[in-house]
Amino acid sequence: MKRTALAAPYLVWMGLFTIIPLCIVFYFAFTDSVTGSFTLINLLSIGNYIPIFLRSIWLALVSTVICFVLAYPVAWFIAGCSPLKRRFLYMLVMLPMCMSFLLRTLAWVALLEDTGILNQIIGLLGISPLPMIRTDGAVILGMVYNYLPYMILPLYSVLLKIDHRLIEAAQDLGCSHAQVLRRVIFPLSVPGIVSGFTMVFVPAVSTFYISQKMGSSGTTLIGDVIESQFKAAYNPNLGAALSLILMVMVFICVAIMNRFSHDGGEEVITL
Amino acid sequence: MKRASAFVLALLLTLCLLPTGALATKEQVVNVYNWGQYISDGSDGYLDVNAAFTEATGIKVNYMTFDSNESMYTKLKTGGSAYDVIIPSDYMIARLIDEDMLLPLNFDNIPNYQYIDEAYRNTAYDPDNRYSVPYTWGTTGVIYNSAVVDEADAGSWDLLWNEKYAGKILMFDNPRDAFAIAELRLGQSVNTDDPDELRAAADLLIDQKLLVQSYVMDQIFDRMERGEAWVAPYYAGDYLLMVQENPDLRFYFPEEGFNLFIDAMCIPTCCQNKEAAEAYINFLCSPEVSGQNLEYLGYSTPISAARAYMDESVTGSEIAYPSAETLAAGQSFNFLETSVNQLMDSLWLEVKTYGGVSTVQGACMIAVVVAALLALAVRRIRTRRRLRRRCAKWKA
Repeated sequence: MKRTALAAPYLVWMGLFTIIPLCIVFYFAFTDSVTGSFTLINLLSIGNYIPIFLRSIWLALVSTVICFVLAYPVAWFIAGCSPLKRRFLYMLVMLPMCMSFLLRTLAWVALLEDTGILNQIIGLLGISPLPMIRTDGAVILGMVYNYLPYMILPLYSVLLKIDHRLIEAAQDLGCSHAQVLRRVIFPLSVPGIVSGFTMVFVPAVSTFYISQKMGSSGTTLIGDVIESQFKAAYNPNLGAALSLILMVMVFICVAIMNRFSHDGGEEVITL
Repeated sequence: MKRASAFVLALLLTLCLLPTGALATKEQVVNVYNWGQYISDGSDGYLDVNAAFTEATGIKVNYMTFDSNESMYTKLKTGGSAYDVIIPSDYMIARLIDEDMLLPLNFDNIPNYQYIDEAYRNTAYDPDNRYSVPYTWGTTGVIYNSAVVDEADAGSWDLLWNEKYAGKILMFDNPRDAFAIAELRLGQSVNTDDPDELRAAADLLIDQKLLVQSYVMDQIFDRMERGEAWVAPYYAGDYLLMVQENPDLRFYFPEEGFNLFIDAMCIPTCCQNKEAAEAYINFLCSPEVSGQNLEYLGYSTPISAARAYMDESVTGSEIAYPSAETLAAGQSFNFLETSVNQLMDSLWLEVKTYGGVSTVQGACMIAVVVAALLALAVRRIRTRRRLRRRCAKWKA
């Protein structure tokens, strides 16, 4: 009884601001923008946007993998430091997140532009400006830079908790460094990897600001299309339908990733 | 206990303060919703129009901006906002009137309407002069950076399709202005409602897409001034502001014709304080204010009497006040049916989202998915086999 009472404020909040809006998204996705009658046109029009969906997933996937490759060694390194050093490094990872996301992205724009800071320095050396901004690479850079902490933090907290005696036991039993990493550390860190992948992939696949500022006219992502339907084109129905499809796709991706976490757990037990 | 009661007391006191504070001042506010960079705000020693209005009438101005007619329309349509004065363009006013989203004005409260020139009354978008009072008029044209763009390439809209300047070309980020350019280049009317003609215009915009750096509105200022972009179509008045920052910029009226527009002040149905709104409109129509405001803005005034308050270098400018001969090539945007607007919106979305993923990317993605599923399957088989073996051992 008491449990429900204490949770009540947030349960009400969830009902008001999660469930009801979700129902409204459903309603809009299945109705016509002019007459308001039931229609499947919005959802069926997804055929026109398959390239955009694929592009969004591709860029998000590449960013997530790069984030993982960069973050795993860093997280392992921080977890192995002395407590004082660890706290300091942890703070350094968190620090950029204290600044506005928009501001940090704009700062990258100022760095990478044709007339930006980097190209001005290159220009002093007599090299003509490099096309750095408005490429797929720039969008991936923006995503990796902005979402890297979300990969490092879950990995770090999982790696920190690994019992060192397990590693010592593996070494005693004759495991090489590579084997320790492959057969002990990696399986134990799977939950962190899964949550890191989710926390980077989900915001990256639906981002719109990074692609608008750092991408070209050809890197329009699904987030941009959804935003334009609500902000400029006044077609909330199409916007809602696209959001719904994106949501389902994200759910599927997360479900697949969670399977890894589950199986990984069994693996550890049966070893 | 003491602490708790003190806290409750403090809370009560703050609650008491709120309504009395609001009652005591009973401040009048007018909510103005206007284009970005579209009023003299006191910079460079020019008049601060909103501050002057508050000084003259005691009504506070809550000033907000939009970046295109379409985004303003969406904001109004979505609801939940209360604007008292809006300043959209001609074709959007016609659409708002058609959808009953504007209130008729009470011209007794706007005596300065008498100064509006005859040429800007009885317009196509508001034939009976019931809903709108002109704020400015102007033209669109091409702005280019003469330091990098060859003069010989200038003169027509073709410059925006010139491959020599690929990646350095900006384009309007709203369907009406963007389609108008393609339509003019194809020799169509800017008010065409023929689906085939619109389709052809969209195809032309798709052709252009690879050359376009970005689809932007007010960011054009920054990009052109710094030389990040070299060619952009935009409003003539804004060019006059940009050229003050970058003297290399040039402007021309394309030979195929251009858009001639009027932006006018209206009161939307969500208005909360109509009298204050009318006072604001009246204030902006006084020749003195209009003159000083538009001298800064660079857009053209619909009030001839206002020119007396402007510098001659502005009123003599062929860009701000083109000759009748030049103006003859201008076309104004008229009202379009809802179905035409919808078609244009969907074609515009097609332009903006055009382009696919390369086969390499597609193959990689499929490979990743297959690999993930395979890995899961292999794991499961291995775990089962291991369990079975262990069970067998145990039984033995």
